Parts: sequence; C-alpha cells; structure tokens
Amino acid sequence: MLSQNIRFAVFGNLSFSALPFYSVIATIAASMVVLGAIACIVVITRAKAWTYLWKEWFTSVDHKRVGIMYVIVALIMLLRAAIEAILMRVHQATAFQQQGILPPEHFAQLFTTHGTIMIFFMAMPFLIGLFNLIMPLQIGARDVSFPVMNSVSLGMTIGGSVLMMISLVLGKFSTGGWSGYPPYTELAFSNDMGVDYWIWALTLSSLSTTMTGINFAATIYKKRCEGMTLMAMPLFTWTCLCTSILMIFAMPAITLATALLALDRYADMHFFTNGMGGNMMNYINMFWLFGHPEVYILVLPAFGVFSETIATFSGKTLYGYTSLIYATMVIAVLSFTVWLHHFFTMGQDANVNAIFGIATMLIGIPTGVKIYDWLLTMFRGEIRLTVPMLYAIGFMILFTIGGCAGIVLANPGVDYQVHNTLFLVAHFHNVIIPGTLFGMLSGYHYWFPKAFGFRLSETWGRRACLCWIAGFVLAFFPLYALGLLGMPRRTAEYFDPAYRPWTLIAAVGALIIAAALACLVIQLVVSIRDRAQQAVPIGDPWDGRTLEWSIAAPPPEYNFAVLPTVHGRDAFLDAKHDGSAYRAPEHYEDIVLPKNAAIGPVICVAGGAAGFALTWHIWWLAIVGVATMFAALIVRSFNRDTERVIPAAEVRETEEAWLRLAHSLPPRDRNAELSIENEGLATVAAE
Amino acid sequence: MSAQDAKERAHDARVYQVGLVLALVLSAVPFGAVALGLLPASGLLWMIAICAIVQILVHFRCFLHIDLSSNHRHDLQLILFSVCIVILMAGGTLWVIGNQRAMMM
Repeated sequence: MLSQNIRFAVFGNLSFSALPFYSVIATIAASMVVLGAIACIVVITRAKAWTYLWKEWFTSVDHKRVGIMYVIVALIMLLRAAIEAILMRVHQATAFQQQGILPPEHFAQLFTTHGTIMIFFMAMPFLIGLFNLIMPLQIGARDVSFPVMNSVSLGMTIGGSVLMMISLVLGKFSTGGWSGYPPYTELAFSNDMGVDYWIWALTLSSLSTTMTGINFAATIYKKRCEGMTLMAMPLFTWTCLCTSILMIFAMPAITLATALLALDRYADMHFFTNGMGGNMMNYINMFWLFGHPEVYILVLPAFGVFSETIATFSGKTLYGYTSLIYATMVIAVLSFTVWLHHFFTMGQDANVNAIFGIATMLIGIPTGVKIYDWLLTMFRGEIRLTVPMLYAIGFMILFTIGGCAGIVLANPGVDYQVHNTLFLVAHFHNVIIPGTLFGMLSGYHYWFPKAFGFRLSETWGRRACLCWIAGFVLAFFPLYALGLLGMPRRTAEYFDPAYRPWTLIAAVGALIIAAALACLVIQLVVSIRDRAQQAVPIGDPWDGRTLEWSIAAPPPEYNFAVLPTVHGRDAFLDAKHDGSAYRAPEHYEDIVLPKNAAIGPVICVAGGAAGFALTWHIWWLAIVGVATMFAALIVRSFNRDTERVIPAAEVRETEEAWLRLAHSLPPRDRNAELSIENEGLATVAAE
Repeated sequence: MSAQDAKERAHDARVYQVGLVLALVLSAVPFGAVALGLLPASGLLWMIAICAIVQILVHFRCFLHIDLSSNHRHDLQLILFSVCIVILMAGGTLWVIGNQRAMMM
C-alpha cells in the first residue's frame, strides 16, 4: 500500500501499461517517434550543434528565425497528421463487414489527433510562421512589437506539439473528436488520460495564439514605416491584421471552454455534466464561438498569400485592392455571427436557425468579391505558371466548389439531412485543403528563397502540386456521394455495399496525397543539395512588388539598413521604376536589436512538463512546471540588459557587399525566372 | 526630475489612487449588499450590474487613460469594436441557450 502511494506520488498514473501495445500500428508509430527523436539527438550531438542551435535558434527573438521554426513545427506535424489521414482512409476502405486495419478505439484516436493536429499544430503554426517571417518585412519594420513574447508563443506551441507526440508513446489520446464534446469527454464516459492530453495541448496552443494575435496587431498598428498608411499595406499584411483581431477575440473562448471542462474532470465541478445543473450545450456553443472565427483565422492568411502570388505572377497590380480589404474586414466581423450553423440540429427553434443560416450565406458575398478580384488581376496579365501560381489556380477552382457546398449546408433544412455525415467532412476539407493548405504551400514556395537565399526545386514542386490537387479530388469528392448516401462521419465499420466503391476511390486519393508528401520531402532534399545553383542572393527572384523583396536573401538580422519610406502600394516596384532601389543610404547608423532570451525555451519545457504532469496526475511536476513558468516571467522582467547594438560600420560592410554584388550581376527577365541564371535581380519592365 | 515631470507624476499618482478607491468601493458595495441582504433579489441583480458597468468605466478612465479626446480616438474605436464582439458573443449565447431552454420546457 505504502509503495503504491509512493509510486503515485512520484509517477502519478504513469506505468508500464501506458506503452502502446494495443494495436500494431500504434506500436509502430510510437517506435517511429522514439527512434526519430533519438536520431535527431544523435545527429545534433555528433555535429556538435547544440550550442549553435541554442544561441542562434532556440533563444533567438528574431522574427524571421521564430517564423522559420514555426513553419518547421508545422511541416513535421503535417507529416504525422497526413499519415494518420491516409491510415484512416485505408482503414475505411478495408472496413466493409469486418474490422479493417485498425481496432476501433485506435481509429477513434486517429480522427481526434488528425483534427487536433491539423488545426492547432499544423495550420496555425504554418500561418503564424509565414506572418512572422514576412509581415514585419512588408511594413518596413525591424521586428515585431514584442519579440520576446513572440519567442514565448513559439515555445508554448512547441510544448503543445511535443505533448501531442508524447501521447503517441505514453497512453492513449482522446477519442472524442477534435471538438471534444461533453458529456462524452467528461470523466463519466472518458475515464482515462486521453481527454486530458487534448485539453492541455489545446490550452498551450490557444494561449500561445492569443499572445501572437496581440503581438501582430500591435506590430501592425505601431511599427509601420514612414508613408505606410493602413491603406498602403500589402494585402498579406491586411489579412494578418484581421486574423490577429480574430485570434484576440476568438481564442479566449476555447481557452475558457477547455478550462471549464478541465474543472469538471479534475475538481468534480458540473459545467457540462449530464446532471447537477450542467449544460453540455453551452460547451458546444462556446466551442463554436471560437470555432467559427477559427475557420477564418485559417483561411484569411491564405487569401493574403494568394493576393500576393497572383499579383506577382500575373505581373499586374492587384485588382480591387480596396474591395479586397473591405471584403476581408466584412468576413472578419461576420465570422462572429454564424457560429450556430455548426449545431443547427441541437434543438433551438426554426427562427434562430433561419437567422444564422442567412448570416452564413451572407459570407459568400465578400468571398465571391475576392474570387472575382483575383480573376480580374489575372485578366490580361502575363501569367507565369510557377508553383505558387499553380496552387493559386487550383485553389480558386476547388475552393469555389467547396464554398458552394457550404452555401448548400447553410440551409438548415438541408443540414438536418446531411449533418454528421461525410458530406460535411467533404465540405470542410474542400475549403480547408485548397484554402488553407494550398495557400500555405503557395506561400512556402513563394517566400522560401527570401528566407534561405535559394529557390526550391520547381520540378518537384510541380509534381507535389499535381499530386495534391489530384489526390485531394479523388480523396474528398467521393465523400460528398457517401454523405448523401447517409454514411456517418467517423464510421469504424459499415455494412452497406453501396459505400464500397466510394471508400476505395477515396483511399486511392489518400495514397496520391502520400505521394504529394513524398514529393515535398524530396523537393526539400534536392533543393538543399542544389542550393548553389538555385541561389538568389540579391533577394528578388520573382520580380516582387512589396518591401520584403527589396533586401538581401536571406535578409540581414536587422532587416533594413535604414528604415524605408514609402509613397504608396507596391512600394518596391515603384522603387525599381524610379531607380531608388539598390541604392546605398546617405549614411549608416547604429542599429539597436533585442538580445536573445532564454525565457522562450524555458517556458516551452516548463509548460510542456506541466501539461504532461497534469495529464498523468503527477502533482509535484505540475507544481514545478507552473511555478517555473511564473518564475521565468518574474526573472525576465527584472532583466534590464535586453538590447544590443550593431555598429554602423558592420551594417555598412554587410550592405555594401550586397550592393556591390547587386550592381555586378546582370538583371534577368522573366523568361529566365526558373533557370539557374536567376540570381534574384529582375529587369525593370517598362510601364 | 524637472518640476514639470514631478507635477505630472503627482497627477498620475492621484488618478491611480482615485481609481483604486473607486474600484474598491464599487466592489465592496455589491458584496456588502449581498452579504447583508440589503435589497430584494431583483434589486440586488440590478445593483450588481450597474456597479459592474461603472467599475469597467472606472478602469478605462483611471487605469487605461481612455477618454473622449481626439488623440485617443484609436483606442476608443478598439473599445467599441470589442464591445460589439462581446455583445455578439455574450448576447448570442444568452439568446441561443435561452431559446433551447424554452424549447425544452
């Protein structure tokens, strides 16, 4: 008895039975995670890179490095969650009148982790990473307003991601879906650690995202360079502003909903229980008060990316700039008025449903405005079909189909027929994959040369893009049919032969998506191998229009030797035309930058440890973790030595070397864009 | 510290002190009223609501230094937008959950 008490005090509920031997595939996945982690540690140790990583990356508060680390997290998590999706599709293809390749409990974990990761640990880190990397460059700033808080946000997101990965190895994850509806997720029905993993991973992610929203909004309001009025900002920055405002107002709702659920589970309270005055419908209400704005947090950044790539690769000024901004703002506000369409069937009366149904259909109008604006931007442009542009075109066609399915679903009468079926799954993947994912991948190809100084392989990029589009169509269009045939979402086994052909086609689509992932990995390897030929040191490989292209690639850590002054939209394009681009400033000054800070990685480890400890009821570790987080904040706030100076002479040396190179290389026209001649210096086209 | 700075500092400190006292009073009054049962239940609810709103205004004025002058117009716009979203979220919740309750009665 005593030894049991001691064991609980030290290890909580953790024991050897937590190891995943309940399903072969789970065991393999866990082994891959452990081996992968060990391999990383071995490689880094043998390369003696720990000090370098700590000094140059983990403790860095440079917005570009923070952004790159966000995108790396997103790509790793994308690999995991996409493999899970492929497993699920293959499972459903094999689950006709038999169990399929997965045990049902494992299948339930997979649809939960797939959704949770794709939303919170793939899409959000990806878009936040791109914003971090590019937004301060587009507004002519040296960094975000709160660089250290930025690093803390990254730390918490990584802490949550690590918690997700640990859940593969120790214990099980929630089986309650990514939305975690009670009462199923209450202790009475889910009496293990799964829901707790989900709660604490989400808590870390949602707090981190709230801070990011505050950081970006403050940056855009306060740190724009001279002449950069709100109505002169590039559209990507505009979507960043609207997304940040959505984050600030929407994320607290999910932080609170999961916190109340945690109180139910840990402190025997009754916010969402069946009895004792609990109301699980209020959880669903609160979840979607977050969840619907979240949809637009995911898709607005993609709209921003496409606005940049379509204008650049059509060689034209963005058509309808003002209308695009108003459309973005209208979408941002309307996104707070439609959350009820996620639960039309929960029991409110027809008037309520009708009002929210109409509000939902209204969002189609500003979105339609955007599609027409992009089409008119392309109209009579000199379109170059590069990889970012291919994603943009795929997006416009497929997203419109998904949006139309959304208008159909916005009708409560239709929704009653197809709710909780694969029709819904088809619809939201049809907007999120061509919208968010294609947008992020478009931005990834577009800005990669800016971040690292060399272009990604075009050939493998095209292959990946083709596989994504074909795989997506084959994997998800059959789900519309399955949904109309009445197949419920999250079905582990079925008996109706009519479903059979469609699930097989969908599985083929999933395998093509696997090929797309492989292409992306190969592309990265090939591009790193050929980085010398693909180098674009001058920094303008695509004949860009906005300020981020006006500096070297990769950019110096201070971004701009002298903060720019702009006189309108497409600031860099104007500078190229009037000859003020690539000109040395009259004099250089010392540049003050924030010093590196260890608080980000400290909060990452402490927050992750606290989440893990709370999941397994290891109380001492939970107390240590939370106390460390607060202590780190207090210690940091007493630190007054937070700035360092880059002397003017060093800035001059860096800039002059870059300018000499820029003046010595021949500018290339757009025919040479994809050849090895492209060194990041574009000819100036006649007006 | 120049005389001008010192004067400004004293003024700021006074605003914070006034804010603190007002905030404490506005918290103590509803607590006291509930504890001592000074008003009937419906009157208590109204009093708590009014004290809460005045409390918010005190925080804005004394701690966040928001007023109606034009150089604070940006802050005021943000506050109005926030109020709009809060009304949508809180009001919408009351409406939706209240409607479901009525349907179940």
